[in-house]
Amino acid sequence: MALLEIRDLTHSFGGLTALQDYRLKLEPGEFVGLIGPNGAGKTTVFNLACGFYQPTRGDILLLGETIKGLRPHSVTSLGLSRTFQNIRLWNSLTVLENLCISQHSGLGYGLVDAVLRNRRFRESERRTIKAAEEVLEIMGLSRFASELPKNLPYGMQRRVEIGRALASRPKLLLLDEPAAGMNPGEIDQLIETIRWIHEHFSLTIWLIEHHMRVVMTLCNRIQVLNFGRIICEGSPQEVCDNEKVIEAYLGGGDSGNA
Amino acid sequence: MPIRSYSSYALYALLCLAILAATRGNWINAYVQIVLMFIGINVILSSSLNLINGYMGEFSCGHAGFMAVGAYITSVLNVWLFASDRVFGPPVLPPESALFLFPFTLVVGGVGAALAGLLVAIPSFRTRGDYLAIITLAVNYIVKSGVENVQAIGGARGFMGMRKVVNAMEEVWDLPWTMIWIMVFVGLCVYVIHRFVNSVYGKGIMAIRDDEISAEIMSVDTRKMKITAFMLSSGLAGVAGGLFAHILGYINPGSFTILKSTEVMVMVYLGGMGSLSGSILSAVGFTILLELLRPLQVLKWVIIPMLLILLMLFRPEGLMGNRELTTVFPKLRRWFASKEP
Repeated sequence: MALLEIRDLTHSFGGLTALQDYRLKLEPGEFVGLIGPNGAGKTTVFNLACGFYQPTRGDILLLGETIKGLRPHSVTSLGLSRTFQNIRLWNSLTVLENLCISQHSGLGYGLVDAVLRNRRFRESERRTIKAAEEVLEIMGLSRFASELPKNLPYGMQRRVEIGRALASRPKLLLLDEPAAGMNPGEIDQLIETIRWIHEHFSLTIWLIEHHMRVVMTLCNRIQVLNFGRIICEGSPQEVCDNEKVIEAYLGGGDSGNA
Repeated sequence: MPIRSYSSYALYALLCLAILAATRGNWINAYVQIVLMFIGINVILSSSLNLINGYMGEFSCGHAGFMAVGAYITSVLNVWLFASDRVFGPPVLPPESALFLFPFTLVVGGVGAALAGLLVAIPSFRTRGDYLAIITLAVNYIVKSGVENVQAIGGARGFMGMRKVVNAMEEVWDLPWTMIWIMVFVGLCVYVIHRFVNSVYGKGIMAIRDDEISAEIMSVDTRKMKITAFMLSSGLAGVAGGLFAHILGYINPGSFTILKSTEVMVMVYLGGMGSLSGSILSAVGFTILLELLRPLQVLKWVIIPMLLILLMLFRPEGLMGNRELTTVFPKLRRWFASKEP
Protein backbone atom coordinates (compact mmCIF):
# COMPACT_ATOMS: atom_id res chain seq x y z
CA MET A 1 0.00 0.00 0.00
CA ALA A 2 1.21 3.45 -0.85
CA LEU A 3 2.22 5.55 2.13
CA LEU A 4 0.69 8.65 0.63
CA GLU A 5 -1.62 8.85 -2.30
CA ILE A 6 -2.91 12.10 -3.73
CA ARG A 7 -5.67 11.96 -6.31
CA ASP A 8 -6.66 14.77 -8.63
CA LEU A 9 -5.99 17.43 -6.05
CA THR A 10 -7.26 20.87 -6.96
CA HIS A 11 -7.15 23.96 -4.83
CA SER A 12 -8.39 27.45 -5.59
CA PHE A 13 -7.97 30.66 -3.66
CA GLY A 14 -11.11 32.52 -4.64
CA GLY A 15 -10.98 32.53 -8.44
CA LEU A 16 -7.31 31.64 -8.69
CA THR A 17 -6.58 27.97 -9.19
CA ALA A 18 -3.28 27.44 -7.41
CA LEU A 19 -3.16 23.72 -8.03
CA GLN A 20 -4.88 21.56 -10.60
CA ASP A 21 -5.24 17.79 -10.84
CA TYR A 22 -2.15 17.11 -8.82
CA ARG A 23 -1.30 13.42 -8.43
CA LEU A 24 1.30 11.61 -6.40
CA LYS A 25 1.89 8.11 -5.09
CA LEU A 26 4.61 7.79 -2.47
CA GLU A 27 5.86 4.32 -1.63
CA PRO A 28 7.54 3.76 1.75
CA GLY A 29 11.23 4.66 1.68
CA GLU A 30 11.04 6.85 -1.40
CA PHE A 31 12.74 10.21 -1.69
CA VAL A 32 10.73 12.45 -3.95
CA GLY A 33 11.49 16.01 -4.93
CA LEU A 34 9.04 18.71 -5.90
CA ILE A 35 10.49 21.59 -7.85
CA GLY A 36 9.21 24.45 -9.90
CA PRO A 37 9.55 28.20 -10.33
CA ASN A 38 8.34 30.58 -7.64
CA GLY A 39 4.58 30.60 -7.27
CA ALA A 40 4.18 27.25 -8.98
CA GLY A 41 2.09 25.89 -6.08
CA LYS A 42 4.67 23.75 -4.32
CA THR A 43 4.02 25.00 -0.82
CA THR A 44 0.27 24.83 -1.49
CA VAL A 45 0.71 21.09 -2.05
CA PHE A 46 2.41 20.78 1.33
CA ASN A 47 -0.20 22.90 3.04
CA LEU A 48 -2.89 20.65 1.60
CA ALA A 49 -1.06 17.47 2.54
CA CYS A 50 -0.62 18.48 6.17
CA GLY A 51 -4.25 19.54 6.51
CA PHE A 52 -3.66 23.26 6.80
CA TYR A 53 -5.71 23.92 3.66
CA GLN A 54 -8.74 21.90 2.69
CA PRO A 55 -8.72 20.91 -0.98
CA THR A 56 -11.37 22.24 -3.35
CA ARG A 57 -11.44 18.87 -5.10
CA GLY A 58 -9.57 15.60 -4.92
CA ASP A 59 -8.47 13.33 -2.14
CA ILE A 60 -5.41 12.68 0.00
CA LEU A 61 -4.87 9.23 1.49
CA LEU A 62 -2.31 8.51 4.17
CA LEU A 63 -1.79 4.75 4.56
CA GLY A 64 -4.99 4.14 2.65
CA GLU A 65 -7.14 6.39 4.84
CA THR A 66 -8.38 9.76 3.72
CA ILE A 67 -7.09 12.72 5.68
CA LYS A 68 -9.53 15.15 4.14
CA GLY A 69 -11.31 17.12 6.83
CA LEU A 70 -8.79 16.28 9.54
CA ARG A 71 -7.20 19.13 11.43
CA PRO A 72 -3.42 19.49 11.01
CA HIS A 73 -2.51 18.18 14.46
CA SER A 74 -4.39 14.93 13.77
CA VAL A 75 -2.63 14.52 10.43
CA THR A 76 0.68 14.97 12.22
CA SER A 77 -0.22 12.35 14.78
CA LEU A 78 -0.88 9.91 11.92
CA GLY A 79 2.78 10.14 10.98
CA LEU A 80 3.22 13.11 8.69
CA SER A 81 5.50 15.89 9.77
CA ARG A 82 6.84 18.95 8.01
CA THR A 83 9.16 21.90 8.14
CA PHE A 84 8.38 25.42 7.02
CA GLN A 85 9.87 27.49 4.25
CA ASN A 86 10.01 30.57 6.45
CA ILE A 87 11.27 29.25 9.76
CA ARG A 88 8.45 28.94 12.27
CA LEU A 89 10.08 27.90 15.50
CA TRP A 90 8.69 28.82 18.91
CA ASN A 91 11.15 31.49 19.82
CA SER A 92 10.46 31.98 23.51
CA LEU A 93 10.96 28.28 24.20
CA THR A 94 14.32 26.53 24.22
CA VAL A 95 15.46 24.26 21.41
CA LEU A 96 14.86 21.22 23.60
CA GLU A 97 11.36 22.42 24.47
CA ASN A 98 10.66 22.97 20.78
CA LEU A 99 11.49 19.37 20.11
CA CYS A 100 9.42 18.18 23.07
CA ILE A 101 6.32 20.13 22.14
CA SER A 102 6.28 18.69 18.64
CA GLN A 103 5.50 15.37 20.32
CA HIS A 104 2.44 16.95 21.93
CA SER A 105 -0.18 14.69 20.39
CA GLY A 106 1.67 11.59 21.58
CA LEU A 107 2.08 12.69 25.18
CA GLY A 108 -0.79 10.54 26.42
CA TYR A 109 -1.50 12.57 29.53
CA GLY A 110 -3.62 15.59 30.33
CA LEU A 111 -4.07 18.47 32.74
CA VAL A 112 -4.89 16.29 35.73
CA ASP A 113 -1.83 14.10 35.24
CA ALA A 114 0.36 17.18 34.82
CA VAL A 115 -0.92 18.64 38.09
CA LEU A 116 -0.62 15.40 40.05
CA ARG A 117 2.74 14.51 38.44
CA ASN A 118 1.72 10.87 38.58
CA ARG A 119 3.51 7.96 36.98
CA ARG A 120 1.89 8.42 33.61
CA PHE A 121 3.12 12.02 33.57
CA ARG A 122 6.65 11.17 34.68
CA GLU A 123 7.06 8.34 32.20
CA SER A 124 5.70 10.33 29.32
CA GLU A 125 7.84 13.33 30.22
CA ARG A 126 10.98 11.17 30.44
CA ARG A 127 10.21 9.47 27.13
CA THR A 128 9.52 12.81 25.42
CA ILE A 129 12.70 14.47 26.64
CA LYS A 130 14.78 11.40 25.78
CA ALA A 131 13.42 11.33 22.24
CA ALA A 132 14.10 15.04 21.87
CA GLU A 133 17.66 14.65 23.12
CA GLU A 134 18.31 11.79 20.72
CA VAL A 135 17.20 13.89 17.79
CA LEU A 136 19.32 16.82 18.99
CA GLU A 137 22.30 14.48 19.08
CA ILE A 138 21.63 13.27 15.55
CA MET A 139 21.19 16.79 14.23
CA GLY A 140 24.34 17.93 16.01
CA LEU A 141 22.40 20.39 18.11
CA SER A 142 23.00 19.04 21.60
CA ARG A 143 25.06 22.02 22.67
CA PHE A 144 22.20 24.37 21.77
CA ALA A 145 19.59 22.44 23.78
CA SER A 146 18.93 25.25 26.23
CA GLU A 147 19.33 28.12 23.78
CA LEU A 148 16.41 30.06 22.36
CA PRO A 149 16.09 29.34 18.63
CA LYS A 150 16.12 33.05 17.73
CA ASN A 151 19.68 33.33 19.07
CA LEU A 152 21.00 30.63 16.73
CA PRO A 153 22.51 31.25 13.32
CA TYR A 154 20.15 30.79 10.41
CA GLY A 155 21.54 27.45 9.27
CA MET A 156 21.19 26.06 12.78
CA GLN A 157 17.60 27.26 13.00
CA ARG A 158 16.88 25.26 9.84
CA ARG A 159 18.40 22.21 11.49
CA VAL A 160 16.24 22.77 14.57
CA GLU A 161 13.20 22.86 12.28
CA ILE A 162 14.13 19.50 10.79
CA GLY A 163 14.83 18.18 14.28
CA ARG A 164 11.46 19.37 15.50
CA ALA A 165 9.75 17.56 12.64
CA LEU A 166 11.76 14.41 13.34
CA ALA A 167 11.07 14.38 17.07
CA SER A 168 7.47 13.34 16.49
CA ARG A 169 8.79 10.18 14.78
CA PRO A 170 7.00 10.63 11.47
CA LYS A 171 6.72 8.06 8.72
CA LEU A 172 6.66 10.77 6.11
CA LEU A 173 8.73 13.92 6.33
CA LEU A 174 7.92 16.97 4.26
CA LEU A 175 10.85 19.36 3.88
CA ASP A 176 9.96 22.79 2.52
CA GLU A 177 13.17 24.36 1.20
CA PRO A 178 15.47 23.16 3.96
CA ALA A 179 18.53 24.67 2.29
CA ALA A 180 17.11 28.15 1.76
CA GLY A 181 19.52 30.78 3.00
CA MET A 182 22.36 28.36 3.68
CA ASN A 183 25.91 28.74 2.48
CA PRO A 184 27.54 26.00 0.34
CA GLY A 185 29.31 24.45 3.32
CA GLU A 186 26.10 24.25 5.33
CA ILE A 187 24.33 22.77 2.30
CA ASP A 188 26.89 19.96 2.04
CA GLN A 189 26.36 19.19 5.70
CA LEU A 190 22.60 19.33 5.29
CA ILE A 191 22.68 16.88 2.37
CA GLU A 192 24.65 14.44 4.48
CA THR A 193 22.28 14.81 7.42
CA ILE A 194 19.16 14.37 5.34
CA ARG A 195 20.63 11.32 3.61
CA TRP A 196 21.55 9.88 6.97
CA ILE A 197 18.14 10.39 8.57
CA HIS A 198 16.47 8.98 5.47
CA GLU A 199 18.34 5.72 5.96
CA HIS A 200 18.53 5.68 9.73
CA PHE A 201 14.83 6.28 10.41
CA SER A 202 13.71 4.46 7.22
CA LEU A 203 11.74 7.57 6.43
CA THR A 204 9.92 8.60 3.33
CA ILE A 205 10.94 12.11 2.40
CA TRP A 206 9.19 14.58 0.19
CA LEU A 207 11.29 17.62 -0.56
CA ILE A 208 10.74 21.07 -2.01
CA GLU A 209 13.98 22.75 -2.90
CA HIS A 210 15.42 25.35 -5.21
CA HIS A 211 19.03 24.28 -4.88
CA MET A 212 19.39 21.83 -7.75
CA ARG A 213 22.42 20.21 -6.16
CA VAL A 214 20.34 19.16 -3.16
CA VAL A 215 17.49 17.85 -5.27
CA MET A 216 19.65 16.06 -7.78
CA THR A 217 21.83 14.27 -5.23
CA LEU A 218 19.05 13.23 -2.87
CA CYS A 219 15.92 12.45 -4.82
CA ASN A 220 15.05 9.23 -6.63
CA ARG A 221 12.16 10.84 -8.37
CA ILE A 222 11.31 14.42 -9.15
CA GLN A 223 8.08 16.17 -10.01
CA VAL A 224 8.12 19.57 -11.67
CA LEU A 225 5.25 21.94 -11.06
CA ASN A 226 4.46 25.04 -13.05
CA PHE A 227 1.36 27.19 -12.72
CA GLY A 228 -0.25 24.57 -10.50
CA ARG A 229 0.18 21.67 -12.93
CA ILE A 230 2.67 18.84 -13.10
CA ILE A 231 4.68 19.41 -16.25
CA CYS A 232 7.16 16.61 -15.85
CA GLU A 233 7.89 13.65 -13.63
CA GLY A 234 10.79 11.23 -13.60
CA SER A 235 14.34 10.50 -12.50
CA PRO A 236 16.68 13.47 -11.91
CA GLN A 237 18.32 12.89 -15.30
CA GLU A 238 15.03 12.77 -17.17
CA VAL A 239 13.87 15.96 -15.53
CA CYS A 240 17.10 17.76 -16.36
CA ASP A 241 16.75 16.89 -19.99
CA ASN A 242 13.09 17.73 -20.30
CA GLU A 243 12.34 20.63 -22.60
CA LYS A 244 9.25 21.80 -20.77
CA VAL A 245 11.25 22.07 -17.55
CA ILE A 246 13.97 24.13 -19.17
CA GLU A 247 11.30 26.31 -20.68
CA ALA A 248 9.54 26.78 -17.33
CA TYR A 249 12.73 27.78 -15.61
CA LEU A 250 14.37 29.83 -18.30
CA GLY A 251 11.24 31.00 -20.09
CA GLY A 252 10.41 29.90 -23.61
CA GLY A 253 10.27 32.51 -26.36
CA ASP A 254 6.69 31.85 -27.42
CA SER A 255 5.36 30.02 -24.40
CA GLY A 256 1.65 30.38 -23.85
CA ASN A 257 2.26 30.49 -20.12
CA ALA A 258 4.42 33.54 -20.09
CA MET B 1 16.50 16.45 46.51
CA PRO B 2 13.57 15.81 48.89
CA ILE B 3 14.44 18.88 50.97
CA ARG B 4 14.66 20.97 47.88
CA SER B 5 11.37 19.80 46.42
CA TYR B 6 9.43 20.24 49.64
CA SER B 7 11.03 23.41 50.91
CA SER B 8 8.64 25.66 48.99
CA TYR B 9 5.58 23.87 50.40
CA ALA B 10 7.06 24.02 53.88
CA LEU B 11 7.74 27.72 53.51
CA TYR B 12 4.20 28.39 52.37
CA ALA B 13 2.76 26.29 55.19
CA LEU B 14 4.88 28.25 57.68
CA LEU B 15 3.70 31.53 56.22
CA CYS B 16 0.08 30.40 56.50
CA LEU B 17 0.56 29.26 60.08
CA ALA B 18 2.21 32.55 60.98
CA ILE B 19 -0.69 34.50 59.49
CA LEU B 20 -3.15 32.24 61.27
CA ALA B 21 -1.36 32.65 64.59
CA ALA B 22 -1.23 36.39 64.12
CA THR B 23 -4.95 36.45 63.42
CA ARG B 24 -5.83 34.25 66.36
CA GLY B 25 -3.53 36.10 68.73
CA ASN B 26 -4.97 39.44 67.63
CA TRP B 27 -1.50 40.68 66.73
CA ILE B 28 -2.92 42.10 63.55
CA ASN B 29 -6.16 44.03 63.46
CA ALA B 30 -9.19 43.31 61.33
CA TYR B 31 -8.10 45.82 58.69
CA VAL B 32 -4.75 44.11 58.11
CA GLN B 33 -6.55 40.77 57.99
CA ILE B 34 -8.86 42.01 55.28
CA VAL B 35 -5.93 43.39 53.30
CA LEU B 36 -4.20 40.03 53.61
CA MET B 37 -7.30 38.32 52.27
CA PHE B 38 -7.51 40.73 49.34
CA ILE B 39 -3.87 39.99 48.60
CA GLY B 40 -4.75 36.30 48.43
CA ILE B 41 -7.66 36.99 46.06
CA ASN B 42 -5.47 39.15 43.86
CA VAL B 43 -2.76 36.50 43.71
CA ILE B 44 -5.30 34.01 42.37
CA LEU B 45 -6.72 36.54 39.91
CA SER B 46 -3.40 37.75 38.53
CA SER B 47 -1.76 34.35 38.26
CA SER B 48 -4.81 32.88 36.53
CA LEU B 49 -5.06 35.81 34.11
CA ASN B 50 -1.35 35.44 33.40
CA LEU B 51 -2.14 32.00 32.02
CA ILE B 52 -4.11 33.67 29.22
CA ASN B 53 -2.41 37.03 28.73
CA GLY B 54 1.12 35.92 29.53
CA TYR B 55 1.57 32.25 28.75
CA MET B 56 -0.92 31.91 25.93
CA GLY B 57 -0.45 35.41 24.53
CA GLU B 58 -4.13 36.17 24.10
CA PHE B 59 -5.54 39.41 25.41
CA SER B 60 -8.34 38.81 27.86
CA CYS B 61 -9.70 41.89 29.58
CA GLY B 62 -12.86 40.49 31.13
CA HIS B 63 -11.47 38.52 34.03
CA ALA B 64 -13.83 40.15 36.53
CA GLY B 65 -16.77 38.67 34.63
CA PHE B 66 -15.66 35.14 35.49
CA MET B 67 -14.97 36.23 39.01
CA ALA B 68 -18.58 37.45 39.21
CA VAL B 69 -19.94 34.14 37.95
CA GLY B 70 -18.04 32.26 40.62
CA ALA B 71 -18.90 34.77 43.32
CA TYR B 72 -22.62 34.64 42.63
CA ILE B 73 -22.86 30.87 42.21
CA THR B 74 -20.97 30.17 45.43
CA SER B 75 -22.80 32.85 47.40
CA VAL B 76 -26.26 31.84 46.26
CA LEU B 77 -25.50 28.18 46.92
CA ASN B 78 -24.14 28.88 50.38
CA VAL B 79 -26.97 31.15 51.41
CA TRP B 80 -29.57 28.74 50.02
CA LEU B 81 -27.98 25.71 51.68
CA PHE B 82 -26.71 27.03 54.99
CA ALA B 83 -28.49 30.23 55.96
CA SER B 84 -32.03 31.45 56.47
CA ASP B 85 -32.73 34.09 53.92
CA ARG B 86 -35.64 36.27 52.91
CA VAL B 87 -35.69 34.94 49.36
CA PHE B 88 -34.47 31.38 49.78
CA GLY B 89 -36.20 30.61 53.06
CA PRO B 90 -34.75 28.42 55.82
CA PRO B 91 -31.46 26.57 55.27
CA VAL B 92 -31.72 23.35 53.30
CA LEU B 93 -28.89 21.70 55.21
CA PRO B 94 -27.85 22.15 58.84
CA PRO B 95 -25.76 25.35 58.91
CA GLU B 96 -22.91 23.52 60.69
CA SER B 97 -22.30 21.38 57.59
CA ALA B 98 -21.00 24.53 55.87
CA LEU B 99 -17.71 23.76 57.56
CA PHE B 100 -17.19 20.72 55.31
CA LEU B 101 -19.20 21.74 52.29
CA PHE B 102 -17.77 25.24 51.81
CA PRO B 103 -14.86 24.10 49.58
CA PHE B 104 -17.34 22.16 47.44
CA THR B 105 -19.55 25.16 46.84
CA LEU B 106 -16.42 27.12 45.97
CA VAL B 107 -15.46 24.49 43.43
CA VAL B 108 -18.99 24.51 42.02
CA GLY B 109 -18.63 28.27 41.56
CA GLY B 110 -15.30 27.67 39.86
CA VAL B 111 -16.83 25.10 37.52
CA GLY B 112 -19.62 27.53 36.67
CA ALA B 113 -17.07 30.20 35.86
CA ALA B 114 -15.07 27.70 33.80
CA LEU B 115 -18.17 26.98 31.74
CA ALA B 116 -18.61 30.73 31.26
CA GLY B 117 -15.01 30.68 30.04
CA LEU B 118 -16.23 28.69 27.06
CA LEU B 119 -17.92 31.90 25.91
CA VAL B 120 -14.43 33.19 25.21
CA ALA B 121 -12.67 29.91 24.41
CA ILE B 122 -14.89 28.99 21.48
CA PRO B 123 -14.64 32.33 19.64
CA SER B 124 -10.88 32.14 20.21
CA PHE B 125 -10.68 29.31 17.65
CA ARG B 126 -11.40 31.76 14.90
CA THR B 127 -10.16 35.08 16.14
CA ARG B 128 -7.38 36.42 18.29
CA GLY B 129 -5.66 39.60 19.39
CA ASP B 130 -7.74 42.77 19.43
CA TYR B 131 -10.88 41.02 18.25
CA LEU B 132 -10.79 38.44 20.99
CA ALA B 133 -10.14 41.24 23.49
CA ILE B 134 -13.43 42.81 22.45
CA ILE B 135 -15.17 39.49 22.97
CA THR B 136 -13.77 39.18 26.50
CA LEU B 137 -14.93 42.73 27.16
CA ALA B 138 -18.39 41.80 25.94
CA VAL B 139 -18.49 38.74 28.18
CA ASN B 140 -17.61 40.92 31.16
CA TYR B 141 -20.54 43.20 30.33
CA ILE B 142 -22.92 40.32 29.65
CA VAL B 143 -22.22 38.84 33.07
CA LYS B 144 -22.47 42.16 34.88
CA SER B 145 -25.70 43.23 33.17
CA GLY B 146 -27.11 39.74 33.52
CA VAL B 147 -26.63 39.80 37.27
CA GLU B 148 -27.96 43.34 37.52
CA ASN B 149 -31.22 42.22 35.99
CA VAL B 150 -31.94 39.13 38.06
CA GLN B 151 -33.96 40.47 40.98
CA ALA B 152 -33.93 37.15 42.85
CA ILE B 153 -30.24 37.60 43.61
CA GLY B 154 -30.55 41.26 44.44
CA GLY B 155 -30.04 42.78 41.02
CA ALA B 156 -28.06 45.99 41.15
CA ARG B 157 -28.58 46.23 44.92
CA GLY B 158 -26.25 43.33 45.48
CA PHE B 159 -26.48 40.08 47.37
CA MET B 160 -25.72 39.37 51.00
CA GLY B 161 -26.10 36.73 53.65
CA MET B 162 -22.70 35.10 53.26
CA ARG B 163 -21.71 36.51 56.65
CA LYS B 164 -24.25 34.15 58.24
CA VAL B 165 -22.56 31.21 56.55
CA VAL B 166 -19.14 32.27 57.81
CA ASN B 167 -20.60 32.79 61.28
CA ALA B 168 -22.13 29.31 61.16
CA MET B 169 -18.71 27.85 60.40
CA GLU B 170 -17.06 29.88 63.14
CA GLU B 171 -19.67 28.76 65.65
CA VAL B 172 -18.69 25.14 65.09
CA TRP B 173 -15.00 25.80 65.34
CA ASP B 174 -13.77 29.27 66.11
CA LEU B 175 -11.18 29.82 63.41
CA PRO B 176 -10.96 32.52 60.72
CA TRP B 177 -12.39 30.25 58.07
CA THR B 178 -12.48 32.70 55.18
CA MET B 179 -8.79 33.40 55.70
CA ILE B 180 -8.00 29.69 55.90
CA TRP B 181 -9.84 28.84 52.70
CA ILE B 182 -8.23 31.75 50.90
CA MET B 183 -4.80 30.51 51.91
CA VAL B 184 -5.65 26.96 50.87
CA PHE B 185 -6.93 28.01 47.46
CA VAL B 186 -4.09 30.44 46.82
CA GLY B 187 -1.70 27.56 47.43
CA LEU B 188 -3.71 25.22 45.19
CA CYS B 189 -4.00 27.79 42.43
CA VAL B 190 -0.29 28.53 42.28
CA TYR B 191 0.49 24.82 42.54
CA VAL B 192 -1.81 23.94 39.64
CA ILE B 193 -0.59 26.75 37.39
CA HIS B 194 3.05 26.09 38.23
CA ARG B 195 2.76 22.42 37.37
CA PHE B 196 0.69 23.08 34.27
CA VAL B 197 3.13 25.55 32.71
CA ASN B 198 6.11 23.38 33.60
CA SER B 199 4.84 20.31 31.77
CA VAL B 200 5.35 19.66 28.06
CA TYR B 201 1.56 19.47 27.84
CA GLY B 202 1.14 22.94 29.30
CA LYS B 203 3.94 24.38 27.23
CA GLY B 204 1.65 23.75 24.28
CA ILE B 205 -0.02 27.07 25.14
CA MET B 206 3.31 28.86 24.89
CA ALA B 207 3.78 27.35 21.45
CA ILE B 208 0.39 28.87 20.59
CA ARG B 209 1.66 32.25 21.80
CA ASP B 210 4.83 32.05 19.71
CA ASP B 211 3.29 30.72 16.51
CA GLU B 212 -0.23 29.37 16.48
CA ILE B 213 -0.08 27.99 12.95
CA SER B 214 3.07 26.00 13.47
CA ALA B 215 1.75 24.82 16.84
CA GLU B 216 -1.33 23.38 15.16
CA ILE B 217 0.69 21.80 12.36
CA MET B 218 3.34 20.43 14.70
CA SER B 219 0.81 18.31 16.61
CA VAL B 220 -0.53 20.67 19.28
CA ASP B 221 -4.32 20.41 19.42
CA THR B 222 -4.71 24.18 19.65
CA ARG B 223 -8.48 24.09 20.22
CA LYS B 224 -8.20 21.69 23.11
CA MET B 225 -5.34 23.65 24.63
CA LYS B 226 -7.25 26.91 24.32
CA ILE B 227 -10.32 25.39 25.95
CA THR B 228 -8.14 23.97 28.73
CA ALA B 229 -6.34 27.26 29.35
CA PHE B 230 -9.44 29.45 29.21
CA MET B 231 -11.46 27.12 31.42
CA LEU B 232 -8.66 26.74 33.93
CA SER B 233 -8.09 30.47 34.06
CA SER B 234 -11.74 31.45 34.36
CA GLY B 235 -12.40 28.61 36.80
CA LEU B 236 -9.70 29.89 39.11
CA ALA B 237 -11.11 33.40 38.76
CA GLY B 238 -14.49 31.96 39.77
CA VAL B 239 -12.99 30.43 42.90
CA ALA B 240 -11.38 33.77 43.68
CA GLY B 241 -14.80 35.38 43.27
CA GLY B 242 -16.41 32.87 45.64
CA LEU B 243 -13.79 33.62 48.28
CA PHE B 244 -14.04 37.36 47.67
CA ALA B 245 -17.78 37.22 48.36
CA HIS B 246 -17.14 35.82 51.83
CA ILE B 247 -14.63 38.44 52.93
CA LEU B 248 -17.16 41.20 53.39
CA GLY B 249 -20.25 39.01 53.08
CA TYR B 250 -21.68 41.30 50.43
CA ILE B 251 -21.29 41.50 46.67
CA ASN B 252 -22.85 43.69 44.03
CA PRO B 253 -22.44 43.77 40.26
CA GLY B 254 -20.49 47.01 40.62
CA SER B 255 -17.55 45.08 42.08
CA PHE B 256 -17.08 43.12 38.88
CA THR B 257 -16.83 45.82 36.25
CA ILE B 258 -14.21 46.45 33.64
CA LEU B 259 -12.35 48.45 36.29
CA LYS B 260 -11.74 45.33 38.32
CA SER B 261 -10.61 43.49 35.17
CA THR B 262 -8.22 46.34 34.45
CA GLU B 263 -6.82 46.15 37.95
CA VAL B 264 -6.04 42.47 37.46
CA MET B 265 -4.49 43.19 34.08
CA VAL B 266 -2.31 45.87 35.61
CA MET B 267 -1.06 43.34 38.13
CA VAL B 268 -0.21 40.87 35.36
CA TYR B 269 1.67 43.43 33.27
CA LEU B 270 3.36 44.87 36.32
CA GLY B 271 4.68 41.48 37.33
CA GLY B 272 5.69 40.38 33.88
CA MET B 273 3.97 38.32 31.24
CA GLY B 274 4.54 34.62 31.54
CA SER B 275 6.12 34.88 34.96
CA LEU B 276 4.24 33.20 37.78
CA SER B 277 6.48 34.63 40.49
CA GLY B 278 6.09 38.04 38.89
CA SER B 279 2.31 37.79 39.07
CA ILE B 280 2.43 36.82 42.73
CA LEU B 281 4.89 39.55 43.68
CA SER B 282 2.99 42.21 41.81
CA ALA B 283 -0.36 41.11 43.26
CA VAL B 284 1.10 41.42 46.73
CA GLY B 285 2.91 44.67 45.99
CA PHE B 286 0.08 46.32 44.12
CA THR B 287 -2.52 45.50 46.76
CA ILE B 288 -0.30 46.89 49.50
CA LEU B 289 0.50 49.96 47.42
CA LEU B 290 -3.21 50.63 46.89
CA GLU B 291 -3.77 50.47 50.64
CA LEU B 292 -0.75 52.60 51.50
CA LEU B 293 -1.89 55.31 49.13
CA ARG B 294 -5.40 55.29 50.54
CA PRO B 295 -4.81 58.46 52.64
CA LEU B 296 -4.14 60.36 49.42
CA GLN B 297 -7.74 59.65 48.38
CA VAL B 298 -8.40 60.76 44.80
CA LEU B 299 -4.73 61.55 44.25
CA LYS B 300 -4.14 57.78 44.45
CA TRP B 301 -5.66 57.45 41.01
CA VAL B 302 -3.22 59.98 39.68
CA ILE B 303 -0.15 58.46 41.23
CA ILE B 304 -0.81 54.82 40.34
CA PRO B 305 -1.39 55.43 36.63
CA MET B 306 1.71 57.61 36.66
CA LEU B 307 3.69 54.73 38.13
CA LEU B 308 2.33 52.53 35.38
CA ILE B 309 3.41 54.95 32.68
CA LEU B 310 6.88 55.08 34.18
CA LEU B 311 7.01 51.30 34.35
CA MET B 312 5.96 50.95 30.73
CA LEU B 313 8.59 53.49 29.71
CA PHE B 314 11.51 52.06 31.63
CA ARG B 315 10.64 48.41 32.03
CA PRO B 316 7.96 47.44 29.49
CA GLU B 317 8.45 43.73 30.12
CA GLY B 318 7.25 44.10 33.73
CA LEU B 319 9.16 43.56 36.93
CA MET B 320 10.16 39.99 36.18
CA GLY B 321 9.91 39.94 32.41
CA ASN B 322 9.52 36.43 31.13
CA ARG B 323 11.59 35.05 33.97
CA GLU B 324 10.97 33.45 37.33
CA LEU B 325 12.55 34.32 40.66
CA THR B 326 14.88 31.37 40.34
CA THR B 327 16.26 32.71 37.05
CA VAL B 328 16.89 36.14 38.51
CA PHE B 329 18.46 34.78 41.68
CA PRO B 330 20.06 31.46 40.74
CA LYS B 331 21.11 30.95 44.35
CA LEU B 332 17.47 30.37 45.22
CA ARG B 333 17.64 27.22 43.19
CA ARG B 334 19.71 25.60 45.90
CA TRP B 335 16.69 25.81 48.16
CA PHE B 336 13.75 25.63 45.82
CA ALA B 337 13.28 23.17 43.01
CA SER B 338 11.40 25.88 41.20
CA LYS B 339 9.17 28.77 42.16
CA GLU B 340 7.79 28.86 45.67
CA PRO B 341 4.04 28.32 45.84
